[in-house]
Amino acid sequence: MSSPVFFDISAGAYIAAMIIYIAYLVVKNKTVGIVATAITVFGFFSQSTAFLIRWINSFYFWTASHPTSGIIESTLRAAPLRNLYESLIFFVWSLILIHLIIEFKYKTRSLGAFVTPIAAAALLFIDVSGTSKEIQPLIPALQSNWLLFHVLLSFLGYAAFGVSFGAAAAYIVVTTESRNEKTYIFWSIIIGVFLTVLIGMGIDYVSLSTTQRAELIQNYFLKATLRSSSGGIAAISWIGSIAFVFIIWRFGYGLKKVLTGLSLTPDILDDITYKSIAMGFPLFTIGGLIMGAIWANSAWGKYWTWDPKETWSLITWFVYALYLHARFVGGWRGKRVAILAVIGFVAVIFTYLGVNLVLSGLHAYGS
Amino acid sequence: MEEKEKKDIFETVWKFFASVKLAIFLLIILALTSIIGTIVEQQAEPSKNIALLAKFFGDAFAPTVYNIFAKLGFMDMYGSWWFVSFLVLFSINLVVCSLDRFPKTLRLVKTPLRPLSENGIKSMPVKKELTIKTSLNTARDEFFNALTASGYRVYEASGNGSIQLYTQKGRFARLFVYVVHLSIILIFLGALIGIRFGFKGYLNLPEGRASTVAYLSPDKTIPLGFTIKCNWYDTQYYKGTDTPKEFQSELVIIDDGREVLKKVIEVNDPLTYNGITFYQSNYGMMENAAGYFILNISSGSGQENTLRLKYGDSFEIPGTGIKGTISDFSTALTRDRNTGALTTYSEMMVNPAVAIDFDIPGEKKFKGWILRRYPETGILPGGNSVKFVDFWGVEYTGLQVAKDPGVWLIYLASILMSIGLYICFFISHKKIWIQITNDRDHARITVGGSSNRNRLAFENDIEKILSRASKAIEERSKK
Repeated sequence: MSSPVFFDISAGAYIAAMIIYIAYLVVKNKTVGIVATAITVFGFFSQSTAFLIRWINSFYFWTASHPTSGIIESTLRAAPLRNLYESLIFFVWSLILIHLIIEFKYKTRSLGAFVTPIAAAALLFIDVSGTSKEIQPLIPALQSNWLLFHVLLSFLGYAAFGVSFGAAAAYIVVTTESRNEKTYIFWSIIIGVFLTVLIGMGIDYVSLSTTQRAELIQNYFLKATLRSSSGGIAAISWIGSIAFVFIIWRFGYGLKKVLTGLSLTPDILDDITYKSIAMGFPLFTIGGLIMGAIWANSAWGKYWTWDPKETWSLITWFVYALYLHARFVGGWRGKRVAILAVIGFVAVIFTYLGVNLVLSGLHAYGS
Repeated sequence: MEEKEKKDIFETVWKFFASVKLAIFLLIILALTSIIGTIVEQQAEPSKNIALLAKFFGDAFAPTVYNIFAKLGFMDMYGSWWFVSFLVLFSINLVVCSLDRFPKTLRLVKTPLRPLSENGIKSMPVKKELTIKTSLNTARDEFFNALTASGYRVYEASGNGSIQLYTQKGRFARLFVYVVHLSIILIFLGALIGIRFGFKGYLNLPEGRASTVAYLSPDKTIPLGFTIKCNWYDTQYYKGTDTPKEFQSELVIIDDGREVLKKVIEVNDPLTYNGITFYQSNYGMMENAAGYFILNISSGSGQENTLRLKYGDSFEIPGTGIKGTISDFSTALTRDRNTGALTTYSEMMVNPAVAIDFDIPGEKKFKGWILRRYPETGILPGGNSVKFVDFWGVEYTGLQVAKDPGVWLIYLASILMSIGLYICFFISHKKIWIQITNDRDHARITVGGSSNRNRLAFENDIEKILSRASKAIEERSKK
């Protein structure tokens, strides 16, 4: 079987696992939880196989155009972490890996309902962003030994931050006692917006597969709804989205009831949030910021140019540094730091995707 | 009296800069203000940002808003006085905070561990109690061994019918947060050295030309102290595509009239001489440059020749009577999909081709296009061939020129920060006390411990030590 088949199997498995994890929250039946985990593990192995196959294929792709390149150099250049598609795939892989580790270490399955939707969002985004899935020749700027380590560590860091986001969001939901609290508005809007985007991408996906388009679609993200070229559809979508977020705000309190009675105590969620950030922060600092700067210096002679990608990485770094200091020396506890963890991941998403979609910079992912 | 007042002011200032609140405030401010410069394009043409602002404020107000923003330094905000001031405050805050806390941490690290009372042990965050049927000394030996096996250096205190083992590990990890803080300061210092004693410039160097200066701006040069020459520039493409595979230039350094260094540079592989580094950054075509066509001709009998010809020049392949005249050139030749006519699809040398009017004895005169990237286009009858090597002298190589004497400090700081963060987050300061009390033919074990990080792993550690020791005691009792 080829690499895309294994990818598709894993994508299907993760989306199925998301639904079952959410069902597990509701029915609280142990068997359902075990099925969710089993499907996730299955998806993970399938994706790992796909990742390896793609690496091997890229290796031959590279050596075909660089016959004199040695084994180590070719392996480094062939690492499937070269464009938006490959990096998103690797992000999902890291996210699931870290999630599974936490699930086994903490012996709690409920977090899956908060982490797998992030994976599902990333997978849907791949299909609607119009990013190419082909193995592409490596442009000169990316032909560096730093590519593998910079991207690998950055994305492991991003994935750890993703898990901390899931845990912090769950923490805020669990500890918000009444609908009148400000944190209730915060989490209902964050989750409402997240679900809106997820559903929006789902509609994009369906509309993409039902309409036959001849031309290559560049960035179809939310084009079927909020960013539709038809003003009417866009307006209705916006009204619908706002109404949807309102409904989440109005009736979302039930989620807290669903979550109570599970093994997810606020203490465990707080601990998972911190542990993931404690893992992600060094990875992101070393892999993202430091290696990125060293690479920039060896390629352009400037280790820091304040381009939007760099600046947003730094903003992300500030937010997590703030989390760590507020928690350890600033005496911040509970919901306040959990909110910082949520904001941190919003900054991560913007660093990763927003900069490329909205702003420009050197990190055009080779395009 | 005055002395005291001075001291008070100093203390107030110190306390202000040592406060965590200031640190939190500065992190928030830096994160928020940094966003501005990612939206407003930095050091750009005013028209660009006015067009951007018009989207938000309308055409009428955009210029006014632009002027206000420009006054606030938003157009070059990372160098603006207020942003730099925040960075300076941040550095002072970092230094003072660290100095303020360091002695306390150092004392904590240096103070030797003391035995605790049984109640003290029981009040530790991680605690365990068990009773084993064994003698005091056997229990002491086996717990000692188990702790040593886990890498702890064990101290011992004995009292009335009881022995206490106490130990700690990883206490130096507590100091590494200061290594991280120090590395940030070193990065700032490295950046300052780079700004003060280095430069970032550029140089567009045409093929075959040399320069003794680099440019900081179109009308500001900086002497290099030597001569740099570009022998050639070349873009290589992946076969059959227009995706660049490599951007390369051959550079030569001439110092004191002697050629001292020659290197083919490419992206990610620069050339450094006398602390100045030349990076491959772009390329382009010069206007109105008369280039040379470098052709490699070979005859069927194996004679080879490299020629340097101008537009309109003629040549002959020796011993064959084949004559050729250069009559046309295209930077990027292609056949139009619809009409089938030959056209040029790019002004850059993506697919260079030279047209030659051939005069072959016994054949009709004809015009042939020879494409550089497709050498098979130059094959002539009788084993003769013309290879289009280069159209030389019309391209320039775009170099980034940088001198940064502070960069070693940045690298040093990077290493320190990596080590510091790793130890800071992954090594914890663990303390364990094990009190063993003789209780007739039993030994009562009370274990207490604390860890500043990763308590879950620490609890597993303790479990391991306990089970190891109990198993060993059991083994011994069987013998």
